[in-house]
Amino acid sequence: MKKLRILSISFFLLFLSNSYLHSYSSNPKEFVTELVNEAMSKLADKNLTKEEKEQFIEEIALENVDINALALYTLGELRKTFEKQEIKNYQSVFEKYFLKSLTSRLSDYSTSIFEVVSSDKKSSNYTIISSEVIPKDGSPKIKIDWRIYTKNPEKPLIRDLIVEGLSLARTQKEEFSSILSSNNNDINILINKLEEFVKN
Amino acid sequence: MQKKIVSIICASTLFFLSSSYSKATEECFETVSRSVFKFNLVFDEKIFEPIAKGYSRLPQPLKTGTSNFTSNISNLLSIPNSILQGNFREFGHSIGSVFINSTVGILGFLNPAEKIGLKPTKEDVGQTLGSYGIGQGCYYVLPILGPTTLRDSIGLLADSFIDPFAQVTIRDKELLGISGNHLDYYSVKGTTAVNFRSENLTNFESLEKNSIDLYSSFKSIYLQDRENKVKNTTSSDDDWGNLDK
Repeated sequence: MKKLRILSISFFLLFLSNSYLHSYSSNPKEFVTELVNEAMSKLADKNLTKEEKEQFIEEIALENVDINALALYTLGELRKTFEKQEIKNYQSVFEKYFLKSLTSRLSDYSTSIFEVVSSDKKSSNYTIISSEVIPKDGSPKIKIDWRIYTKNPEKPLIRDLIVEGLSLARTQKEEFSSILSSNNNDINILINKLEEFVKN
Repeated sequence: MQKKIVSIICASTLFFLSSSYSKATEECFETVSRSVFKFNLVFDEKIFEPIAKGYSRLPQPLKTGTSNFTSNISNLLSIPNSILQGNFREFGHSIGSVFINSTVGILGFLNPAEKIGLKPTKEDVGQTLGSYGIGQGCYYVLPILGPTTLRDSIGLLADSFIDPFAQVTIRDKELLGISGNHLDYYSVKGTTAVNFRSENLTNFESLEKNSIDLYSSFKSIYLQDRENKVKNTTSSDDDWGNLDK
């Protein structure tokens, strides 16, 4: 009986520690600070394997990035012309594509210092968090704005990263738009290309 | 006669650019541009990137000094363009920065102007035309020089006529007793490009690794960057509202 109790408490503590690991402030500014600092410290942790780091990034991205909305945004107005099932298939492969490219991008910038500079509430739905990444190799600092979706004030979600004024979501949308327009707006071609990227 | 023809061509092009039919995302000749883009990638891989990588290994003070020097020279172009845009605040920043850095800053190798709050933004004729409401026109890729639009190509050509540095080098003029030659001009332009490439080694690599259609990614980045430079902003336009309706 005592063993069972210890086991229950252990499970409870384990659950608590896991929830704590991926639970960030609902204040958009603190949310970005906490999330990025944790991600960068994990990426810089020499005790973790590459797979463990990737798994961690994937977990926090799934929980804190509005990947489904981002997938829809990258289709532009064309999303209205596709079947529900096609959109579902696309969102599924987009998620894999996004996670793979995110892990790769973050690894590229993991040896930098991160600072949140300011916060600008654009509407009830959006807050822009301005931050700076200072590379340790002496390269010029990079200005990064975070578009945070705050429709649910208790659960802010990242929708876009604007690096030196260049929106990653918009770049992705225009890249996909080019692929679609040169393939008669066939979403299956885009899905195939994303699948190829994920496999390689 | 020749001058008249050039004026007519320029006027017609500008009229075409300012018309609503010239959208920035339209391609002038995509197939050719994609081929030129591929050529540029090979050129970058074989020549430009190795030079930039070598340059990036230089001691930091040397790189900073070189970056300051080329940046100071490129600020010369911002002076006439700030006037043409009617932006007198920017004009003050540009002329003040060039004067202080060229003298106190030892020919521009140091940047004391920044320490007293002078932070000029780079302005060229393409941006000036954009500030007049002239559209970008169609998009294409130039060999070596990279992505551009019809408006920015005209701007690039016009830059060489109003840029004081171009005047004293490739246009063989003398300004305040200063003159140079073609080699000076192309050395500074080349160094500016190498410096830019070396500062973006990771960014280029990351983009190459994560793009499904690299040509379109470069196009999007170029057009967004030019749009921001015309508006003198570093924030992206909000078209997310559409998604929440």
